[in-house]
Amino acid sequence: METYAQLVPLVVLIPLVGMLINVFWGARLGGRWPGIIGSTAAILAFIVSGLLYFYLIGNDYRAVVVNPPFLNAWISIPSGDMFIPWQMRVDTLSVTMMLVVTGVGSLIHIYAIGYMLGDSRYARFFAYLNLFLVFMLVLVTGNNFLMMFVGWEGVGLCSYLLIGFWFDKARGEGWKNSNAARKAMIVNRIGDFGLLMGIFLIFWTFGTLDYFTPGEIANPHLAEELALEAEHAAEAEAAAVEGEAAPEGEQAAEGEVVAEAAVIEGEAAPEGEQAVEGEGVAEAAVIEGEEGHGGEAAVVYTNNDHIPTEMLGVFGKTERLLEEGGHIVNFGPFSLPFETVLVLITLFMLVGATGKSAQIPLFIWLPDAMAGPTPVSALIHAATMVTAGVYMMVRSNVFYYNADLTSLIVTLVGAGTALVAGFIAIGQWDIKRVLAYSTISQLGFMVAAVGIGAYSAAMFHLVTHAFFKALLFLSSGSVIHGMEHGHHHVHEHGHGHHDDTPFDPQDMRNMGGLRRKMPVTYRVYLIGTLALAGIFPFAGFWSKDEILADSWLVGLFDNNVGGYIALGLLLLAAFFTAFYMWRQMEMVFYGQPRTEAAEHAQESGPVMTWPLVGLAILSVFGGFMNTPENVLGLDGIFGAHRFTYFLEHSVVHAHAAEFQPVIALGALALALFAFFAARTIYGAGHALVRGSRDPLAVRPETSPIWRLAHARLYWDETYFRLFENPFNRTAKFLADTLDWAFWHDYFHNTVLRNGFDALGQFLSKPVDLGLIDGIVNGIGRLARWLAGRLRGVQTGYVRTYAVTVLLGVVLVIVILLLPLFTQAGGG
Amino acid sequence: MEAVSTPTLTSVVLFIPLVSMFIILLLREDTQSEYIRWGALIGSLLTFAASILLWLSYDPAQPGLQMAQRSTWIALSATDATYNISYYVGVDGLSLLLVILTTFIMPLAILSSFRSHVLVERGREKLYYAFMLLLEWAMIGVFVAQDLFLFYIFWEVTLVPMYFLIGIWGAEERIYAAVKFFLYTMAGSILMLLAILFVGTQAQSFALPDIIAKVQANPDLFPFGGLFSTQSFLFLGFLIAFAIKVPVWPLHSWLPDAHVQAPTAGSVILAGVLLKMGTYGIVRFCLPLFPQASIEWAPIVSVLAIIGIIYGAWVSYAQTDVKKLVAYSSVSHLGFVVLGIFALNSQGIQGGILQMVNHGISTGGLFLLVGMLYERRHTKAMSAYGGIWKVMPVFGGISLVIALSSMGLPGLNGFVGEFTILLGTFGSPYLGFFFALFATLGVILAAVYILYMFQKVFMGEVDKEENKNLPALHWQELAVLIPIVIVIFWIGLQPGTFFGAMDASVNQLVTQVTSAASNVVMR
Repeated sequence: METYAQLVPLVVLIPLVGMLINVFWGARLGGRWPGIIGSTAAILAFIVSGLLYFYLIGNDYRAVVVNPPFLNAWISIPSGDMFIPWQMRVDTLSVTMMLVVTGVGSLIHIYAIGYMLGDSRYARFFAYLNLFLVFMLVLVTGNNFLMMFVGWEGVGLCSYLLIGFWFDKARGEGWKNSNAARKAMIVNRIGDFGLLMGIFLIFWTFGTLDYFTPGEIANPHLAEELALEAEHAAEAEAAAVEGEAAPEGEQAAEGEVVAEAAVIEGEAAPEGEQAVEGEGVAEAAVIEGEEGHGGEAAVVYTNNDHIPTEMLGVFGKTERLLEEGGHIVNFGPFSLPFETVLVLITLFMLVGATGKSAQIPLFIWLPDAMAGPTPVSALIHAATMVTAGVYMMVRSNVFYYNADLTSLIVTLVGAGTALVAGFIAIGQWDIKRVLAYSTISQLGFMVAAVGIGAYSAAMFHLVTHAFFKALLFLSSGSVIHGMEHGHHHVHEHGHGHHDDTPFDPQDMRNMGGLRRKMPVTYRVYLIGTLALAGIFPFAGFWSKDEILADSWLVGLFDNNVGGYIALGLLLLAAFFTAFYMWRQMEMVFYGQPRTEAAEHAQESGPVMTWPLVGLAILSVFGGFMNTPENVLGLDGIFGAHRFTYFLEHSVVHAHAAEFQPVIALGALALALFAFFAARTIYGAGHALVRGSRDPLAVRPETSPIWRLAHARLYWDETYFRLFENPFNRTAKFLADTLDWAFWHDYFHNTVLRNGFDALGQFLSKPVDLGLIDGIVNGIGRLARWLAGRLRGVQTGYVRTYAVTVLLGVVLVIVILLLPLFTQAGGG
Repeated sequence: MEAVSTPTLTSVVLFIPLVSMFIILLLREDTQSEYIRWGALIGSLLTFAASILLWLSYDPAQPGLQMAQRSTWIALSATDATYNISYYVGVDGLSLLLVILTTFIMPLAILSSFRSHVLVERGREKLYYAFMLLLEWAMIGVFVAQDLFLFYIFWEVTLVPMYFLIGIWGAEERIYAAVKFFLYTMAGSILMLLAILFVGTQAQSFALPDIIAKVQANPDLFPFGGLFSTQSFLFLGFLIAFAIKVPVWPLHSWLPDAHVQAPTAGSVILAGVLLKMGTYGIVRFCLPLFPQASIEWAPIVSVLAIIGIIYGAWVSYAQTDVKKLVAYSSVSHLGFVVLGIFALNSQGIQGGILQMVNHGISTGGLFLLVGMLYERRHTKAMSAYGGIWKVMPVFGGISLVIALSSMGLPGLNGFVGEFTILLGTFGSPYLGFFFALFATLGVILAAVYILYMFQKVFMGEVDKEENKNLPALHWQELAVLIPIVIVIFWIGLQPGTFFGAMDASVNQLVTQVTSAASNVVMR
């Protein structure tokens, strides 16, 4: 089992190979082969991730750091004490992400085999998808912030390429697509700027960018706790053997914990770990030597106290420094208390997160990103890449936990985004755009969870959201596919009139009644809707409830106002969620078909529907991986807080939230009420009124609000006015006026040239009068001559000119050297 | 390693181009043009091979000069001392990579000229390739010269072939551009010459290692008393000459002219190597000769560098001529290099040197790409293109890689340089947080102009008839681009090869600067 961990480079290498095959030979293979190769790579990567999972299970969740083959250290500057390795980390957090990325990724790859078939750049599509997996897996497996940054920008690149995948579509569509791609990349770069600044701060604060050094225990609190429990268990067992029969029920209740602890004791020797962790060996040996242990004696560390501060990773060091207290960090010309530095670091990292995870104020790129093919929207812009910001903050939970100010800001950003995006979603017509805003909103839930310190709830929601949002996007892709099919059908059979007005298969106004045409898609879409809205017992119910419960508890017990704010805003956002989702159900699936295309829509083929069914199953049952205690006895079947306990091994401040029946029932009731409201407004054939208007837009009391949502709160327009337009105008001004007209033409060609001329005139006169000695004479002639030449430049003899200039230079040199020679002669 | 008077590998690398030039000059233009072309290519390839040998024989653990050769050239003796001007060449960690860069770029530039229509139109092929080789000789000379005078001579010689390359084979306004290029650089050079003479007489030597040793022994050799004192003036004398070459904002006005008017190979060499002579000069001369002045002026020069980073990128974004866009991007990129150098710590300077190489590769590559487009469409206006990626998929893919490298995408070369520079700036005792903050904004702006360019040229529909049937890449064009792509990935993933070569030398330099400065403070 130990060796499984060594496989981690494969999760990156396999998709890389898949990509290379598709880049160089994909187009030549033709048919479905590129899709099959891409999917196989994704599935193999998933299998490797699964092996890594079993490695963790089998080795009491012990994290391993692996140096990938072929690569040496990355940026290493010994004289600057800078060492940034290529190093991969297998721990419960990274494996969780790997499983989600490759698992959901595999299903989406398979789906895309069908969805993208017939595209002229079929092979390139799968090359990009695999490249995305490569970068995403680098992002989650890296053991330092810079590797995360590689993945971070790399996935941004793939996002750019895939949003602009149809860059050459006719009627200006291609240009729009490439605009969307560029916008995504640039907005993300603004975020990356923040992340980079955070990384600089981290480096100069800690002297390293490594999360944890090899051999370091990520969560020493947990390790100590488990060791203690193991001791107790051993005692209890001993007592049991002696015949004082311990009550069996109690033992069973502790069940898992005991078993875990026992494993720790049983496999006491950390040899495997040492062998795995190259560098760790030397380190550990030195430490053991110092403490006087024999080389053979296996020491089980339950904390990191034996590691000197400078050998710890950033998180271990943070805890150590905070424990010691009173540290001041020096940055070049100024210095700050350590606690303030943490706030700065986390704030800068938050800027990064708002870019990648589409939060206020940088969320504006994600809705436009829907220009990409739908599998891309599902994989990159819903399930995985956009959660990178959440992953980063959870990974850095030690920072965020200790930066109260940032945490409050994170809460406000997250909850605010959840609400704003949820609100905007109710006014959109485009089926994918609704889902895009929904994604932003759900990411807001996760970010808010990080803000209130509910790190495991954030990750839990990340995972379940990946299931049901990927499901919804892929189903919407199936709908779009079906609609396009219907549209072609209409054209081919001469039903409609042959006009060239572009048909938008994504506009929900063109749909309706698809329930009967696309039964599988309908069912899975319904499951996705229920899961997203947080209906019991679907996946979203459990994860969303944990966030809500946590905010409530944080407000109540930590007296943290952020908790109440989060709870209020998120509840409202949850209401909008249920509302826009049911609005969508009504407009797309219920009622009567509103166009001929919808009339002739067709269910997609099995290669597309089977992945949907897979995701639907996950969306139904996914929530049970982290069921709370004492809810209808479910914890008896699925165990309680299993996911949280899993994460705890790498997320120091993860904690399980108690189930709050009031909150859960309240949220459930709210969602059902929203369903009911949407059903009342849009149901029974009222999806659209007066042709193509939203019922809410027609009613005078709701019309202004709906319009605001429809106009996306004028957010893009405001940005355009505040930033984009001034930026472009300044660019034009700088380039045309300041740099060219003034600096290039006026200053150089007029001022300098005339000045030179005048100087030459001035200097030549005294020369004629013989008042100035030889040196000035030479310079003056040169100057006058140069000026004259400049004037006559257009007609001058180029080569003669250059040669004479050279001669002039030689002359000057000789003149300047003369004193030396005379000195030499004198000596 | 002691300098010897017998030729070393350094001299071999230096003189292969010159010998090749003379051989080419012996050939007949009318009947042997094939030989001329291939001769030039082979000459530059041999130089490259020799420089690789130089790299392999270089011991990265030693900070000092290696494979050095020193022979007295002009003996000057005064009453109490001798000031010899010598042929003194050698390489250390500061110059090695730039020599390699030069010898790497030159064959690519020469090969890319094979298919240039300007050469066909204007003829004089023999002269063209002779100038190319002369230029290579002078550029290598600049990087290996260890005598101030020898350096100055090579520095000036580089002007001549470049002047003619622009002036004879350039675009419409070539003569204006050539003269401006020449005069601008000359103006700076004269200041440098004065400073060299002063330094030489004061130190009673023109050999750089000797003078540095004297500065280390006696920090008051060039008296320092603030921003405006003897040492500072000498520092500025060198710096202005170098700053014009870099070019540091606001001395960049010659650059867009020279770049836009130069033939493709000229632009490639200009961006790839010539500009680095300026930044290299700062590292080689300004820092070790005038340590206190360097420290004192560091914040001011860095402000100019940061203005250059932002201004260059911003102006670049508003261009309609693709070549001009790339030209202004150089102002931005080299701002990073200068900033890194004046961080005056290991990260900054090593990042700076690596970024010189990176910029040579990426921007050189961009100019090659522009040249290839120009050969097909005879226009540099971005509006004439659009959707080229669809027409020329391989070309589009390679362009994407090179554009991303120029943009600083992690995993590619540009990022490693920029990151280390910015990290160094952040941690520099002379610069710090706000310098890093503003410079990092350049990272955003780089994305703005590069992606704009890429979109304009490569994305969108193919709506222009002329663009619909562009020929795919010729194998010679591929042969030019593939080495660049390989190096882009190599530096991006394993920069250790390059940092390792300079670590010891840079460390020594940083120690020299900081110790000389602290000596003064202690008194």
